[in-house]
Amino acid sequence: MGQKNEIVLHGIPASPGIIIGKAYVFAKQAPRVEEKSIGENEISLELERLQHAVDRSEKELLKVLQLTEQKVGSQKAKIFEAQIMILSDSVLFGSIRKRIQNDLKSAEYVVHREISKYQQMMMNSSDEYMRERAHDVEDVKNRVIRNIQQEKLISRFEPNSIVVSEILTPADTVLFSRNEVLAYATDMGGVTSHAALLSRSLNIPSVVGLKVITKHVQVGDTIIVDGYTGNVTLHPTEETIARCIERKTEHEQFETRLKEIRELTAQTMDGKIVHLSCNIEFSDEAGNVHTQGSTGVGLYRTEGLFLRTENYPSEDEQYAEYRAVVEKSRPHKVVMRTLDIGGDKVVSNSTSEDNPFLGWRGIRLLLDRPEVFLTQLRAMLRASAYGEIWIMLPMISGIKEIRQSKEYLEIAKKELREKHVPFDENIKIGAMIEVPSAAILAGEIAEEVDFLSIGTNDLIQYLLAVDRGNEVVSSLYQEFHPAVIKTIRSIIMEAHRVGKPVSMCGEMAGDPIAILLLLGLGLDEFSMTPHILPEIKKIIRSVSCAEAEEIANRVLEMKTEDDIKDFLRVNLHTMVPELLLE
Amino acid sequence: MIEKDVTIKNRAGLHTRPAAALVKLAAQFQSEFFIYKDGFEINGKSIIGVMTLAAEQGSTLQLKFDGSDEQQAAQAVVGLFERGFDEV
Repeated sequence: MGQKNEIVLHGIPASPGIIIGKAYVFAKQAPRVEEKSIGENEISLELERLQHAVDRSEKELLKVLQLTEQKVGSQKAKIFEAQIMILSDSVLFGSIRKRIQNDLKSAEYVVHREISKYQQMMMNSSDEYMRERAHDVEDVKNRVIRNIQQEKLISRFEPNSIVVSEILTPADTVLFSRNEVLAYATDMGGVTSHAALLSRSLNIPSVVGLKVITKHVQVGDTIIVDGYTGNVTLHPTEETIARCIERKTEHEQFETRLKEIRELTAQTMDGKIVHLSCNIEFSDEAGNVHTQGSTGVGLYRTEGLFLRTENYPSEDEQYAEYRAVVEKSRPHKVVMRTLDIGGDKVVSNSTSEDNPFLGWRGIRLLLDRPEVFLTQLRAMLRASAYGEIWIMLPMISGIKEIRQSKEYLEIAKKELREKHVPFDENIKIGAMIEVPSAAILAGEIAEEVDFLSIGTNDLIQYLLAVDRGNEVVSSLYQEFHPAVIKTIRSIIMEAHRVGKPVSMCGEMAGDPIAILLLLGLGLDEFSMTPHILPEIKKIIRSVSCAEAEEIANRVLEMKTEDDIKDFLRVNLHTMVPELLLE
Repeated sequence: MIEKDVTIKNRAGLHTRPAAALVKLAAQFQSEFFIYKDGFEINGKSIIGVMTLAAEQGSTLQLKFDGSDEQQAAQAVVGLFERGFDEV
């Protein structure tokens, strides 16, 4: 201990909190193998290493298989069955042993060479199924090689660790979320990648986009993840640890103070009341509605339910989940978004597209799959008998999609009426405004629905033509781009013109420095990740609506994001000095 | 030595499960067992080899058995192919 130098890596803060803990490296990269000759006297030792590694790999895979069967389902688990069978391929390992003896090469080198032959043959196949099998073969190969090299690969995740990996897919995040993960730190990903969203909704601190962290960290290393600043410290000195604990305490104290305003209304000093609501993904999170002092759920993402099960969940499964969310949120409303799969939220059986963000996702998928859409609408309607539900349609790009969706809603209602199943006859339906065409048509769309909700994450990336998950261009993803602000203003004005409320459920609605601006633009409801809600309420309660309007008017005259952010930050700091702005 | 030609009858072809069944059956016999397809020779007792064949429905394979129990081995293995790996 102590012989390694402290290293600080800078990434993108994706979920707040400071954690000091041991790293668990979730490595997917291939181990390095070099051609190495051995002496005749080393043959038996080399064969022993091989056997030991194969046995160990089998044990690990059996564990993975078991875990996957429990958590994901037996279909996915089949991949690991095939891998286990390869480990017991006596012909393959017979020839590997023979090669070690005859060629006098190290076990890992021979394993690499022999298995790669098959892998290459599979990779060359024109059959997609075969090319996928090539990846399985590669996984087995890497596992055996790692075990020969006796690099410690912990097959079972150790609870209370910080997960360090190249990238976390939504499935990985879900899997890890069931164990006790202290924090995440990843090489890739942007602030609005699905993994980042998920870690925020689960209140797990995370830093993404660190680029090289997996190359520097080994299993068991002590690291500090700072989800406020985006810094990750490797091999921290005693001094650094002490400083971090101090900062952590500061933040915790501030959060305690915020709890005191939990029961109070989000009302400005001059009396305007706004709604602050929660974005949630799992029914377990609905408890936040009350503990964080919100006025309901402004965005319930139903994809979590779909990602957890292999096939589309049945109407009854969905109904049970939706009813649980509604009952936990009562007496407040729940805005439920219909399935928004596509883009970066990929399900196992989805078809691959060159440009998924511009492809088959959201309402497009639902209108093409009426049985999926109707099943979800019926489940939501049935749950609406137990509390207030507003249905929200994702990825709307024009009026026709809204009219078609409303027709399906009527069909679903009719089916339930015929079966005398109770539901809310006056259930509200609204559109997400996240496609620029819908933003331009906000007034016309508002006439067709009960409410609008601005999804800033996608709206910004479509408006600015920036892939939010691509860290090469992610700096161009600007919440405070003047075009974004003008678009938001126009959406709010158009909806208000026809008397419809506008909420915002993107990241921006929970960004402290955006609050004054959005308040000034007339936003009615702010829906955000629950942990930030008390801080946002604190801001709302510290300012007046008149001041906010003045600030918004000034911002509308500014030309660059930098100017706007600086201006908003300075104003926020003056008006709410006790905020801990990073 | 015995040589036989067989055709893949089950829809999914020689994917993982049938490949495993084939290898398991072949392992019960002393005889060597090789499969030929499109100029490739694969040891029929090796799962990774059989997986690599990528034999889809309708493709024809040549089987070769050589050893003391080649009769029994050929009969059992050809039977498995003819039954479409019990999943037709």
